[in-house]
Amino acid sequence: MKITTSEIEHVAQLARLSFDPSEIENFTRQLNDILVYVSKLEELDTRRVKPTTHALQLTNALRKDEVRPSLPIEKILSNAPERENGGFVVPKVI
Amino acid sequence: MSNLIDLSISELHNILKKREVSAIEVTRAYLNRIDNVDPKIRAYLTVTADKALAQAEDADRRLKKADAVTPLTGIPMGIKDVICTRGIRTTCGSKILENFVPPYNATIMEKLEAHGAIMLGKLNMDEFAMGSSTENSAYHPTHNPWDLERTPGGSSGGSAASVASRTCAGSLGSDTGGSIRQPASYCGVVGLKPTYGTVSRFGLVAFASSLDQIGPISRDVTDCALLLNAISGHDDRDSTSASRNIPDYTGFLTQGLKNYTLGIPKEYFISGLDSDVEKSVKHAISALESQGSNVVEVSLPHTDYAVATYYIIAPAEASSNLFRYDGVKYGLRVADYKNLMDMYIKTRSQGFGPEVKRRIMIGTYSLSAGYYSAYYKKASQVRTLITRDFKRAFEKCDVLAAPVAPTAAFRLGEKIDDPLQMYLSDIFTIPVNLAGIPGVSVPCGLTSNGLPIGLQLMAGHFEEAKLLTVAYNMELALGLCENWPIP
Repeated sequence: MKITTSEIEHVAQLARLSFDPSEIENFTRQLNDILVYVSKLEELDTRRVKPTTHALQLTNALRKDEVRPSLPIEKILSNAPERENGGFVVPKVI
Repeated sequence: MSNLIDLSISELHNILKKREVSAIEVTRAYLNRIDNVDPKIRAYLTVTADKALAQAEDADRRLKKADAVTPLTGIPMGIKDVICTRGIRTTCGSKILENFVPPYNATIMEKLEAHGAIMLGKLNMDEFAMGSSTENSAYHPTHNPWDLERTPGGSSGGSAASVASRTCAGSLGSDTGGSIRQPASYCGVVGLKPTYGTVSRFGLVAFASSLDQIGPISRDVTDCALLLNAISGHDDRDSTSASRNIPDYTGFLTQGLKNYTLGIPKEYFISGLDSDVEKSVKHAISALESQGSNVVEVSLPHTDYAVATYYIIAPAEASSNLFRYDGVKYGLRVADYKNLMDMYIKTRSQGFGPEVKRRIMIGTYSLSAGYYSAYYKKASQVRTLITRDFKRAFEKCDVLAAPVAPTAAFRLGEKIDDPLQMYLSDIFTIPVNLAGIPGVSVPCGLTSNGLPIGLQLMAGHFEEAKLLTVAYNMELALGLCENWPIP
């Protein structure tokens, strides 16, 4: 087994997800299958290979630092589940 | 006059320009077609009839004055629901965005509006473009117009099925690992994934940012070139957008194939390749050969590692991109929660479907402490090897020709409980995204039970003109698949 149920629970916590006990067994099996499959990359010797994180060799795309029009606050807030006084409302943190 | 919905974009443009028909008439014909056919196909998530008719009126004004008329003025299109449309709900096929109404347009929507194109509605897709069958849509599956019990492919299943069932004249999809080409192949239409950076991603809801690219789905290669003309070009709102001059892609089509060398990658003709698919693809290759192109065998030795590479890189990027769905700024927030953390967890667990959760989990796991080198770094190194394979192949040929997928459309429900089998249906399309090169799917035959088969053509970075030239010549040689007799 590449990954155990308790590891799944830990990763779920990191990913801000939770699973019912009924789902978790099936999920662990599926994730295992996938991790076993992707481990075929271990067959390749990549010690001298540079990683590619991007298909094209792009450099930083910078534009002039000038003020441009932006969307009004009420438009930005229009999709918020809860809003008040021009801000997003979240559950109390402190 | 033949039925309006049977005309290609270029044919429609000709009669719109001559004022033989109005954009309103064309739009009404398509809205009727949607009413009649889409209840069976279910390609649309949202139909925007009123907006479409208002846009058609505007297009008619332009056509009347012959003012700013382009080949897309008055052409009714469908848009994959992963592309932000101002004032029109954009769900990404997810419950977490069920009520999301973007306050802005994607750059490509602004471009289409500038052309006077008409949007008929938003098209179904696998949730967050994760899937190969459109069954991962949180709303409903889409059916293949050639056989309603089969999948149209995915993730742009709605985009391909709508073009094939004549409920739009052309559509836009997005392709991260094959999501334009595979459904185009399954539905018998043309689908192009452009070179990474050709089409702005501004307003495309992110899945895997280093792989995602928007592209057209159309009935024929000429329409594909017309749509690519309209959506390509640098955008300073997308920092990965390439600054290059965009040629008129339709200008290349009628060139012959005399100086072309086609490469046949031997790793794409493996066991597991359906015999009808193999036969049709080889038949298409010999048709191209008889038109004057040279054919050579080439090798892409790391092909067999592409799916594994992709299923580390794409979920890693996705897990990071999808952290924005936190129930705060937009999208779903559950009603009952104890505190902030509980709100995050419940919102995401209820809002995302199983495949999205699987990928978030794989991505989070592979990026977590202690696993980064073994997974993400390793996959990024293999990505280099896969890219190098293509570079070497393109030293020997102009365009690669291969199958799009190992089989024709599979049955709805056939792979839904086996994620790995579903992933393997993208085995021939994924390498193109990893290397960032362009790829197109063109219909090339039918299986013995009458399902379309696609030929995949691949070229070097920014060589879309070569790709479309070969595709056009193949279309000339074989004709459109809707006219083929069922074997």
